[in-house]
Amino acid sequence: MDIKIRTENLRLSFGKEEILKGINIDVFKNRITGFMGPAGSGKSTLISILNRMIDFEENVGISGKVFIDGENILGGEIDEVQLRRRVGTVFAVPIPLPRSIFDNIAYGPKLKNRNNKRELTNLVTESLKKAFLWDEVKDRLSSSALKLSGGQQQRLCLARTLALEPEIILLDEPCSGLDPISTAKIEEALNELKKDYTIILVSNNTKQIARITDYAAFFYMGTLIEYGPTEKVFTNPSERKTEDYIQGKFG
Amino acid sequence: MRINPRLVDKIVKIGLNSQAFFTVGILVAIVAIIFFKGSPYLNMEFIFSSPEDMGRHGGIFSTIVGTIFLVLLSIFVATPLGVGTAIFLTEYTKESWFTKTIRFGVESLAGIPSILYGLFGFIFFVIKLGMGWSLMAGVLTITIMILPTIIRTSEEAIKSVPRNLRIVSYSLSATKWETVTKVVLPSAGPGILTGIMLSVGRAVGETAAVIFTMGSSLRLPTSLMDSGRTMAVHFYILAREGISMEKAYATALVLVLSILFINIIAYYIMNKVTSKYS
Repeated sequence: MDIKIRTENLRLSFGKEEILKGINIDVFKNRITGFMGPAGSGKSTLISILNRMIDFEENVGISGKVFIDGENILGGEIDEVQLRRRVGTVFAVPIPLPRSIFDNIAYGPKLKNRNNKRELTNLVTESLKKAFLWDEVKDRLSSSALKLSGGQQQRLCLARTLALEPEIILLDEPCSGLDPISTAKIEEALNELKKDYTIILVSNNTKQIARITDYAAFFYMGTLIEYGPTEKVFTNPSERKTEDYIQGKFG
Repeated sequence: MRINPRLVDKIVKIGLNSQAFFTVGILVAIVAIIFFKGSPYLNMEFIFSSPEDMGRHGGIFSTIVGTIFLVLLSIFVATPLGVGTAIFLTEYTKESWFTKTIRFGVESLAGIPSILYGLFGFIFFVIKLGMGWSLMAGVLTITIMILPTIIRTSEEAIKSVPRNLRIVSYSLSATKWETVTKVVLPSAGPGILTGIMLSVGRAVGETAAVIFTMGSSLRLPTSLMDSGRTMAVHFYILAREGISMEKAYATALVLVLSILFINIIAYYIMNKVTSKYS
């Protein structure tokens, strides 16, 4: 199995507070990797480093290395705008841009000067299909994205990320505000998508992690406690903390 | 004694209603007076012919042209400057003594009486830079005068755009400038337009700063270095010097109607833009 992302002794602090205390993890290509852990464990902070969205926070100190395809993305010569094309993000709260459905999805491609009308239409269609949203919106692509329901908006955000044609997709608790049906649709989409993408799913929902991920990582207080194949982590965890968390004893 | 809360509610409602009526009433009264006094003398000839005999006879065509030139040119100069400053203050710098100084300066400028702008424009543009009484000196002076309004309203409008939208834009691989032009400015558009409209109103109605810098020539201005007269200045001179009250009211009516017209157009555009995707 190929390693897509590798972190080496990754440390991060906000001011004096240390959030990540030396993370070493390998994320595999074409797999869904679940990051779980209680609030404050550093899992969301970790993924915000992977596409350098952390740059928009203040008083951040980072040390260590993060390799994507063997290239250190914390090195000075990395172009973070290019990086964000390769590493797409879906946030916890769906945030459609105040534009039409079509224009939301075409936003990223258009920035790359892909303005050919037919190519763009194909890309938008494909992205919506991959996000399992096409059937619900195909007749109203020009209406406002803000009129969609919460579940549809989240799939719109997934489609918008897919339209960037990324290699890695980061999902930061994408189903936290969604109903079970919308959640099932997102999970179905992710299962299909892992053929072409490397996916990291951050979730507080251990059942969801158990359901759809191939690998699971458990974080606690800025440390990676346990990491391995999801089945092993859930049936036979090697750390007591992991077991307690999975059984809902804290978190 | 306990007062019935429902009664209080009613009294408050009546009180607030009458206050609103009072405000609107004054506005209606002003417009009505101008309308009744001015409309008998308002016709196509008045609008399209030039003033004769100091404005005692003839129309106001040259002052309409003067107003349009002055206002449009000032807005064209002030809008990019003002919006640019607002973008700089909100998106490209962090809060520091520098931004605080700029903001303090902007706020102070907003409170200065317009005649002082006129005096400054007269001393600096008209005399020092040798522009003479000219459209150019008028435009530059009015630009300085309306800049604070545009900067402040644009800044507020830009600040009110949710941070989340910017974050999403960055995450979709936009640069800062792309985010500003494609996400921030369109969302802030209605607020910025409000500031521009307020400025148009101020520029259209300004007299003191204009007389000092653009002068009050009744000839049709044909170049930036020509002097000219705006409708507001024309009204002021006609009324102040007792030349013709009839013509003064008719001029005022054209002034009021054009401000009304500009506002309607602006609201129409604003609605069109905002209702599209919300």
